[in-house]
Amino acid sequence: MSQGIYLNFIKDDRWKYITDGLKVTLEVTLFAVLIGIAIGFLIAVVRSTYDKTGKLKLLNGICKIYLTVIRGTPVLVQLMIIYFVIFGPVKISKVLVAVISFGINSGAYVAEIFRSGIMSIDQGQFEAGRSLGFNYVQTMWYIIMPQAFKNVLPALGNEFISLLKETSVGSYIALQDLTKGGDIIRSRTYDAFTPLIAVALIYLGLVLLFSWLIQILERRLRQSER
Amino acid sequence: MSVDYGSPLIQVKGLGKQFGDLKVLEGINLDIDKGDVVFVVGPSGSGKSTFLRCLNRLEESTAGHIYFEGADITDPKINIDLHRQKMGMVFQQFNLFPHMDVLKNMILAPMKLQKKSQSEAEKEAMALLERVGLADRAHAYPSQLSGGQKQRIAIVRALAMKPDVMLFDEPTSALDPEMVGEVLNVMRDLARERMTMVVVTHEMGFAREVATRVMFMEGGNFLEEAPPEEFFGNPQNERLKAFLSKVL
Repeated sequence: MSQGIYLNFIKDDRWKYITDGLKVTLEVTLFAVLIGIAIGFLIAVVRSTYDKTGKLKLLNGICKIYLTVIRGTPVLVQLMIIYFVIFGPVKISKVLVAVISFGINSGAYVAEIFRSGIMSIDQGQFEAGRSLGFNYVQTMWYIIMPQAFKNVLPALGNEFISLLKETSVGSYIALQDLTKGGDIIRSRTYDAFTPLIAVALIYLGLVLLFSWLIQILERRLRQSER
Repeated sequence: MSVDYGSPLIQVKGLGKQFGDLKVLEGINLDIDKGDVVFVVGPSGSGKSTFLRCLNRLEESTAGHIYFEGADITDPKINIDLHRQKMGMVFQQFNLFPHMDVLKNMILAPMKLQKKSQSEAEKEAMALLERVGLADRAHAYPSQLSGGQKQRIAIVRALAMKPDVMLFDEPTSALDPEMVGEVLNVMRDLARERMTMVVVTHEMGFAREVATRVMFMEGGNFLEEAPPEEFFGNPQNERLKAFLSKVL
């Protein structure tokens, strides 16, 4: 056991594959989530505006195509298309490609999360805002969005957590993330068990940590209404 | 502050509303003068609420015109948001903003739309809360209030914009009976102060007491219009008689 740990992690500073990989995994997840939230927010606004008022028909159509394509194809295929096809001819950082790919992918799911949040707010809230003299955008911004965000926070948290795990497919474009780090150690030491179980435990620990943080945040937000 | 437009505050001309083939309102004419307290009563489904919601275009009418302070607010090119700032509305379901406390509910619109400073808006809001006896609830959230308190807050939230007319859409229908009185008291005070009001309600006794005019609506139009004593004491229309015999 201790010999396994020495061989896989201590010798030749192999633990660095794990820590460097972890850094990349967190980086990719964090920035991809930010892109996903930005895309998702915009699409949700377009789609719910269309649902409520019938305006923005063309944009709504474009958004629907995006949602269909992104949700209808595997994220790994999207990642490889973006890396080998779209950015094939140019030299570009794999981390950046991963951030873009996972961000675009996550945006489609976040959009539907946000949209369901907006649509879940009672129409009376919207009418109360408009009757005071707020225009459509102001009503959305001051009245609908803050409530919608609170409602979708658990779902957003889940999306963040699944994205964290999903980024492991980044190894297909040789992204040096946590998964790849463990795999490199395996290929050096011919010991599959120790590095892969270590990697799994780290993912598990991260997921538990983030679930706990989201729970705290959720409780805080609920408290402000009591 | 009062401006004479040389015409009624609200003038409704030939107003109609259709949902597909269904005609909900047809050919409605009505003048509402400053200080009028107009009550609209009638059976459910008669179009009362739709009529009221057309007045501030929460519902888009499909025919006719509405003039408010001289401007045709049914004109699609008009900036309806500006005119709505002068038309307060109170809903059956209160529609307070649950993510803000009472004071925030009240100062949001004055601060964002009338560019009042926070301290000025808060001062005015507190004075209004004082008037309806809820100053001690300024920092409560809507979920901590009773139905009657919520509706009183909803009324002063609309008043905080200093509207020229207040529209009430069945303001007591969602309340427990013991809370109806406190809301009616606030409305009675408003009527005494000569606030122009249009009220859709089932509270016949209250209509009789505070209305300057009572309208009977059925089938999408007004079948009778009279001062309250006459409306309730000596109704002319047969359908109004039948309606009153059921609800009084």
